[in-house]
Amino acid sequence: MKVGVLDYGVGNLGSVLRAVEELDVSPVLVDRAVDMHQNDCLILPGVGNFVDCARLLAEGGWIDALREEVLGYNRPLLGVCVGMQLLADVGLEGAGPENPEGTPGLGFVPGRVEHLGTLGCSLRLPHVGWNGIMNTAPGDSLFAGIPNGTDFYFVHSYAFVAEHPEDVLATADYGVPVTAAVRRGHVWGTQFHPEKSSKAGFRLLQNFLAGPQC
Amino acid sequence: MLKVRVIPTLLWKNFGLVKGIGFDSWRRVGPVLPAIKVYNQREVDELILVDIVAHDTGDDPDFESVNDFGQDCFVPLTVGGGITKLLQVQRLLRAGADKVGINTAGYDNPNLITEIATRFGTQCVVASIDAKARPGGGWRCFSHAGAKDTGRDVVEWARELEDRGAGEILITSIERDGTMEGYDLSLVESLASAVRIPIIASGGAGNYEHMVAAVTQAGASAVAAASIFHFTEQTPAGAKAALAAAGIPVRKSYQPSQDA
Repeated sequence: MKVGVLDYGVGNLGSVLRAVEELDVSPVLVDRAVDMHQNDCLILPGVGNFVDCARLLAEGGWIDALREEVLGYNRPLLGVCVGMQLLADVGLEGAGPENPEGTPGLGFVPGRVEHLGTLGCSLRLPHVGWNGIMNTAPGDSLFAGIPNGTDFYFVHSYAFVAEHPEDVLATADYGVPVTAAVRRGHVWGTQFHPEKSSKAGFRLLQNFLAGPQC
Repeated sequence: MLKVRVIPTLLWKNFGLVKGIGFDSWRRVGPVLPAIKVYNQREVDELILVDIVAHDTGDDPDFESVNDFGQDCFVPLTVGGGITKLLQVQRLLRAGADKVGINTAGYDNPNLITEIATRFGTQCVVASIDAKARPGGGWRCFSHAGAKDTGRDVVEWARELEDRGAGEILITSIERDGTMEGYDLSLVESLASAVRIPIIASGGAGNYEHMVAAVTQAGASAVAAASIFHFTEQTPAGAKAALAAAGIPVRKSYQPSQDA
């Protein structure tokens, strides 16, 4: 199996690669959009700022190439953290007078990415640390063997607001319900970092790689 | 519910781990790699690794060593020491760091904090403040591993760091460091009430009760410690059990369910 980890200029790539290697799978660092096609499934990491990540995706020609791979060839995709947020239609991070509408995302999972404060969270931000997942969609392959309450490592200030509640796979409680994972078809996303969530994270990555289409 | 983190701090000097008292009298603790391996196996919540001499040389951080250390670390790893440029952050993230600790360079070039936060996100920046009490009240910030008085007021600087996009503040009391007499609770409390970003208490933990106090009395979101783990029988797991017994939420290790 070939697992491509997308290197579009940001992300804690070292950590993502190592976590996949730990599962006895050799991941490939894909640093050109045209090379995505050689992989069986794709991981879109992300550490940082939605606007910068979206810009780097656009500049590297990743957006059209991802649409072709994911929508055209049904390539399974897992977005992590900002990589999950980029699956949305739009991100409000960095929105201001000059771009009140926010920044377009990939649009693979309908929804918006909004600041946790806007969503009513009055706790300290960023939301950083280990938090238990809840309301996990029963039977979804991504969470096989991972019970509600399992702690994963989160670090973010913006959160995914899915247009269709059925696309939300799991939530976490941080003063408000926070979308912890999404799925639409063969596109998954986790707000938390499986690559930094020790054994629970390995299990989740293994579940993704064992998915039917991978 | 978000859990309170217990974070071992690893201070790295030349080829090994060290620990001092009051940022001085350094004792050798042992090699870095096995320590990271053991902490990873024991599923600590997070690790902070600081190269305490990097700021002296003006060289790049030791990317190669960080790359080695990252091989066996599957919990969040913050790497600090000697970071002065944006490109170094990118290389550290590739080498296996998840966050970077900024201390000395932040005083010389506060814009560095803003630049890292803009490019890599606020969550990537752990701003580290080394503080000493000021006669007559308050605290002053020290740079260069505690050697240089910056003249800045700790609370004011923390507010500026927050405005510039720091995601967390690691506050270390230089006077308490290595003494195992307990955290400077009023220092931690002053910062926790001055800013809205999470505060990691550091410097002085000698027993689990000190950690409980940092959370319940001073409002820390996480507790960092070194000597207690290096030089006593106390462990991160023991610390979490003590926090839990005091009613503080802590992370449980993963228990697979049988549904698959």
